[in-house]
Order: sequence, then C-alpha cells, then structure tokens
Amino acid sequence: MNVVAVAVFVFFFALVTVLGFVAAHWRRGDLDTLHEWGLAGRRFGTVITWFLIGGDLYTAYTFIAVPALMFGAGAMGFFAVPYTILVYPFAFLVMPRLWAVAHRRGYVTAADFVRGRHGSPWLALAVAVTGIVATMPYIALQLVGIQVVVAALGFPTGGWLGELPLIISFAILAAYTYTSGLRAPAMIAIVKDVLIYVTIIAAIIVIPEKLGGYGAIFAHVPGDKLLLKAPDAGSLNQYSAYITLAAGSALALMLYPHSLTAILSSSGSDTLRRNMALLPAYSFVLGLIALLGYMALAAGVDRLPQYAGYFGEYKQNFAVPALFLSLFPDWFVGVAFAAVAIGALVPAAIMSIAAANLFTRNIYREFVRPDCTPAEETQMAKWVSLIVKVGAVAFVIALPQQFAINLQLLGGVLIIQTLPAVIIGLYTTWFDHRGLLAGWLAGIAGGTAMMAAQNFKSPTYLLHAGAVTIPGYAALYALLFNLAVAVAVTLLCRAAGLRRADDATAAGDYADAARD
Amino acid sequence: MTRNPRRRLWCWLLLAPCLAVLCVPFFNRAGPAWLGIPFFYWYQLLWIPLSAVVIAVVYLATRERGADAGKPR
Repeated sequence: MNVVAVAVFVFFFALVTVLGFVAAHWRRGDLDTLHEWGLAGRRFGTVITWFLIGGDLYTAYTFIAVPALMFGAGAMGFFAVPYTILVYPFAFLVMPRLWAVAHRRGYVTAADFVRGRHGSPWLALAVAVTGIVATMPYIALQLVGIQVVVAALGFPTGGWLGELPLIISFAILAAYTYTSGLRAPAMIAIVKDVLIYVTIIAAIIVIPEKLGGYGAIFAHVPGDKLLLKAPDAGSLNQYSAYITLAAGSALALMLYPHSLTAILSSSGSDTLRRNMALLPAYSFVLGLIALLGYMALAAGVDRLPQYAGYFGEYKQNFAVPALFLSLFPDWFVGVAFAAVAIGALVPAAIMSIAAANLFTRNIYREFVRPDCTPAEETQMAKWVSLIVKVGAVAFVIALPQQFAINLQLLGGVLIIQTLPAVIIGLYTTWFDHRGLLAGWLAGIAGGTAMMAAQNFKSPTYLLHAGAVTIPGYAALYALLFNLAVAVAVTLLCRAAGLRRADDATAAGDYADAARD
Repeated sequence: MTRNPRRRLWCWLLLAPCLAVLCVPFFNRAGPAWLGIPFFYWYQLLWIPLSAVVIAVVYLATRERGADAGKPR
C-alpha cells in the first residue's frame, strides 16, 4: 500500500466530510422545505453556480471513462470535446426560460414543469420515471470511479474488505446529503474543482516532458486510431457517429435531473447566462483529460507487469490511474486520486437529491399523499436520497461493472426522450399531451430496441438507408421517431376533437427573472 | 431572452461554434500540427475558448439593463 498517497487521500476526504456537515449552516434556510433542501433556496450566485454545475456535469466517471475511450478507441473518444462545446450555446438559449417559469411557479423538477405546462400527471410521471431510471446507473458509475482509485492506492480489490472503503465513503456521503441537502455538494464542489484543476495543470506540464513532448506522445497512437475513419461507398463510418454522438449527448445532458437541479438552484436568468460563458473552462480541462488517454498509451502503462492485474479487473478504466502512479510522486498521486474520488461525491450527491425530488414531488405527492405538508414532503425526499444511494452501492457490489456501464449508455437514450415535453414545451403547447406521451413511449421502445441490437455494448446504431449505412447515436434516431409519433398522434387528437388539457403557466412566466 | 428583435439577431452568432465543431470532414486531418498536436485535436480544443468568447459577446450584447441587473446576487 502506498502510505503517503493514502495519507493525502484520507486528509482531503476528511476535509470534505467536515465541509459537508458544516454546509447545513451555510446561507441558512428552512431545511424542512423541499425548495431549501433540494434547491438550496435558489440562491446561488455566479461563482457558486459555476463550481456547482462544473462539479456536477464533469463527473469522476467522465474523468476515468473519457481518457479510457481515447486509450482504447482513439479519435472517436474525442467526441466529448464537440459535445461540451455544443452544450453551452444550447443551454444559454433554453435554460434561463426554464429557470424563470420554475421560479415563478415554484417548480422543483422538470416533471413539475411538464405537469403544469401540459396539464397531464401521467406525462409528468413518464418524465419523472425516466429521470430516476436514467440517474440510478449514473450514480452507480460514480462508485466505479471511487473503486478504481481506491484499488490503485493499494487496497485489496476483491471480497468484503475490498468493498469496505466504498461503503464507508457512501455512508458518509449519504449522512451529509441527508442533513445539508444541496448545500453539501455545492460546498464540496469548490474543493473538488480546485483539486481537478491543480491535477490537470500538473499533468499536462509534467507528463509530456517525461514522455518527450506531444509529438512523441501522438507518435505512439496507431495510425488507424489517430483520425476518424472517413466515409466510403457503403457507409458514412465514424463521421456520422462522431457528429450524432456529440449532438445527441449535448441535447441529453441538460435533461438529466442532476443538471436541472444545479440549474434551478442558481439565483436568476442572468446568473445562468453568464455561467454559460464561463463553464467552457471545465470543457477545456476535459479536453486535456481526454489527451491523458494518449499519454497512457505512450507510457505503455498496460504493458507494465505491476498493473496487469488491475487492467484485468478494470480494463481501460485503469489507464489514467496507472499513468499517475507511474509518473507522479506519491504525495501527488494522493492529490490526484482525491480529486477523482471527491469528484464522484459531488455528482452522486446531486443525482441522489434530484432523484429524491422527482420521486417525492411527482410520484409520492401526486399519486400517494396529495395532502402532505411541506415538512413531510421534505422528510420523504431525505429518506429517498438515502435509499437511492444504498441501491447504487448494492448495484455495484452485486452486479458486474459492465452492467452499470451499459445501463448508463442506455440512460442517455432514455432521458433524451423527455426533450419534446420539457424543452420544446418551453416554447410551444402545440403538441397534445397524449401525443407527447405516445412519442415518449415510441422513443423509449425504439431506443431500447436499437441498443438491444448492439447488445447494449455500443450507443451507435447502424441505420441502413438503401445501400448506405449511417452509424449514429441511437438516442438521436429514437428522438426523431419520438417526434414523428408525437406529431402524428397530436394531429389525430385534433381530428378527433379531443379536449386539450389546460396550461397552468402564462406567457409572462417565461420572461427573465431573478431571485429578489 | 430580450424581446428586442435587433438584439435577438445576436443569438444567431451562437451557431458559429456549433457549426465549427460539426464540420468533421474539414478538421479530420493530421496537419498542420501545432506543438506536435495533430490538427484534429488542437482545432477542436481551440474552439472551447472561442465558444466561450462567442457566448460572452452574445451575453453582453443581449443583456437587458434593469431587468435583473443591480439586484443583489
């Protein structure tokens, strides 16, 4: 075991644990209301929102998986860069509108908005369930991030003892999320982000120097992986896959419950817009992290005998930890691994809060206890946040890791099916709620079938158009199917003269707003 | 977003970074390299700060003073 690295790691972990509990007293609010526990009173200004959204969207799993994909698949893995470039112009236009209507109507979740806008509790239920189902494997994957670095620190990897660090870290996380709500991850996000920036700046300066410069690093990348495979007579090959993965992932990202929770906790439309210009700083770090995959390739970490066992267990996900272990001094390995582990806690906390908000607001209060008090509602959400985390731990311990990874891929395909109700719903009520529900069902079924055709191993579906194959992100194909069905059913409802549901929002609700 | 149509025109600028990173046939090439980094990689990385600049310009150009400026944050 690497004693120095473990000591540094434990120090940072203890620090964020204290911060997590202290956070309950930060910008004190009545933590017995869902709006305070689950959205921290919508009070976060530009700086905290920047740390929170950055800490939330760029998860530990991202930091492990993106370079792992580069390490294994080459240029294709770089789609994370155009993906994060596309996200912010889109969010700049759309999210201030959602914030404004949520603020004026007291909405805590996307499903709340759908309930009000389209007047259908069943459509809202569909949105809520999709959000919860897409979030669960995502939380489980944060645990995978912790697992990999804990193993890399030299802890045993198998058996009861091997799972112990994971269980302890999640128990601590569950306790302070329960008491402090969204304030806990917001405060911890600051530590996480600082550690990530320090680690990456050190990595891109130190590692290329040791490996002989960027030219030498790229020279190790096999020729067929350095660039995308160009279209030929029979297929668009990686071109269409790259474009659709970037665009589809960008559209899906802002629909995830944890993204919306972080967005809604900011203090106004203007705060959000300013953040969309500042958040690309994280994307730049992500781009550099992606290049770590090539550095691991150049360093030949997978051929070093001391890591062979880990690569057997964690496969390419061990590339970056192995790179740090072989090129960084012990104390800095502790810093870097703490960055990854704490980087897992922030999104895991926000995801569990977001899932709890959805369950409590749109299932429990809607269908089980419509007359519950705000305090009862919040208590329920706190319990659900605990159950969600226990579920995620059980998931990772009981099932093969690959299962969580495949389900998370499926999650992106599922969550994008809520786009017509949520995002298009911000601009128009042209769609009938029955049309949106039918479209959602068609998109979920179609997307799942496309993923099943690839055995859930790859998000890319091979669409055959005549003699040409167009490989593309299944989420985007399924979304097009969803929209087509939604339009058709809406027209049918019109033709049949069915009564439309009422829109509880008014045009003025969507204008810019800020918390007083 | 602002209701002023002339200010709304600024929002079209947001398309620039999106189109720049979606025109894969243009940037899927190794040269010219920069600091040893092939074009494919540095071109896309470069568009991250450029996209931030574009968003900042659109933000400043469309910001409505008085709407929520001046309120405590």
